[in-house]
Amino acid sequence: AELSELRSRLQAVKHTVLVLSGKGGVGKSTFSALLAHGLAADEAKQVALLDIDICGPSIPKMMGLEGEQVHQSGSGWSPVYVEENLGVMSVGFLLSSPDDAVIWRGPKKNGLIKQFLRDVDWGEVDYLIVDTPPGTSDEHLSVVQYLSATHVDGAVIITTPQEVALQDVRKEINFCHKVKLPIIGVVENMSGFICPKCKKESQIFPPTTGGAEKMCQNFNVSLLGKVPLDPRIGECCDKGQSFLSEAPESPATSSYRDIIQRIQEYCDQHHLPEEKII
Amino acid sequence: ERTNLSGVRHILLVLSGKGGVGKSTISTQLALALRHSGRRVGIMDVDLCGPSIPRMFRVQDSDVHQCDSGWVPVYVDQDKSISLMSIGFLLEKPDDAVVWRGPKKNALIKQFVADVAWGDLDFLIVDTPPGTSDEHISTVEALRPHKLLGAVLVTTPQAVSVGDVRRELTFCKKTGLRVLGIVENMSGFVCPHCSECTNIFSKGGGEELAKHAGVPFLGCVPLDPQLSQSLEEGRDFIQDFPKSPAFPALAGIAQQILDGTSQQS
Repeated sequence: AELSELRSRLQAVKHTVLVLSGKGGVGKSTFSALLAHGLAADEAKQVALLDIDICGPSIPKMMGLEGEQVHQSGSGWSPVYVEENLGVMSVGFLLSSPDDAVIWRGPKKNGLIKQFLRDVDWGEVDYLIVDTPPGTSDEHLSVVQYLSATHVDGAVIITTPQEVALQDVRKEINFCHKVKLPIIGVVENMSGFICPKCKKESQIFPPTTGGAEKMCQNFNVSLLGKVPLDPRIGECCDKGQSFLSEAPESPATSSYRDIIQRIQEYCDQHHLPEEKII
Repeated sequence: ERTNLSGVRHILLVLSGKGGVGKSTISTQLALALRHSGRRVGIMDVDLCGPSIPRMFRVQDSDVHQCDSGWVPVYVDQDKSISLMSIGFLLEKPDDAVVWRGPKKNALIKQFVADVAWGDLDFLIVDTPPGTSDEHISTVEALRPHKLLGAVLVTTPQAVSVGDVRRELTFCKKTGLRVLGIVENMSGFVCPHCSECTNIFSKGGGEELAKHAGVPFLGCVPLDPQLSQSLEEGRDFIQDFPKSPAFPALAGIAQQILDGTSQQS
């Protein structure tokens, strides 16, 4: 019964992409925000960005929507719109102060995630992007369970090059296998830094065990791309701007754009079967 | 009534609302610095989904053994001055995901608190996962009857991190956990080739937050490829790289913790 409620709400969603990582702080939210901006650049597409990081909701700030509130209508909760074709939902919009902590155990978090999927009136959506917290716990199990009510194209897994990150990300890959979530591919973020002065490269997060490339080979998953560090990425996230628009000439921008295109191509190859629900 | 924590003089939590800011790194470096100042230190790693601590000491292949009083912590070396407990030691295969919901996580944390035979320690550092959820609530509840010194909060400089750490400060307030101070990690990068400093993750947010919240600011730790490399290899950065950019700040943080405890007694 639960799933059928969700099914009717989500039936107008064509493609769903989960952004995961075993590891915290590798750039999931950054990537989710840029993926949303990248896909929404096509004004004919309707994009939805759902932030299910209940304890550390970064998406409102990154999308320049801090302080916005959620409004209710007859058809449910209204997402907060960045552009006409880009709507966002996050627990961040439900908190009245930036100091408010959401100190909830698992079941309460699951309840809110279900509400987000059941009660938000997304309308017709071409791409639903789901940003997740790090780990393999309540939020991840629940969202996979609830999203079984719709078609999930797959997961994009974010990592940084060093083994400390990879050792957590391998677990995430195994989690995806366990819950039968297809993996679209892996993004290696913070992949090298080029000094703006001397132009020499430093590996701040060294790929001592072969980085994402080796891991992808070993697990037979696709490496979608590598994104170098650029101080403007963090700046744009803090200011709620799209790095892709603010720094179009950055090598990081071309990497992100290539990756976004690959994800789009992957989704386009997996068409939803035409279903008439009577 | 004697418990497995009776011999532990101070318990310190390392928290952050935010993931990937360096909690495990700071826990590890703090332990190494305290060990070098002659203290016996334990680390309890309650990050059950992403346990980073074993590898940072190059003991990821160690097993946990039982004794009369419970589980024997894993010793980092012969002189047993640093001991560890982590779910990382309990997994059959390191790549196995621990896909547990809250209640199971809470049960293991209670065991870590009650059943590990830590013996006599000057400091027990508790490394946590990001957030303010099951692990944090259960850890504070389980440790409340014991000598909880307080919490060190780690952030990176940018607003997106500070935004989450503000919520962690609220968690500390609500649970009555004393905040020993804030560390601003990944604060600037000095190019090893030309010495130009770039603020890759911005600068100053941690210091401002400490001021705004009225808590001590413990210092800025710069990005340091030698530190990252040491963590990858499980090396003792404090011993091996005293001239590296991150060393002064890390040593300073440990000293402030020690000064704080000597003031107490």
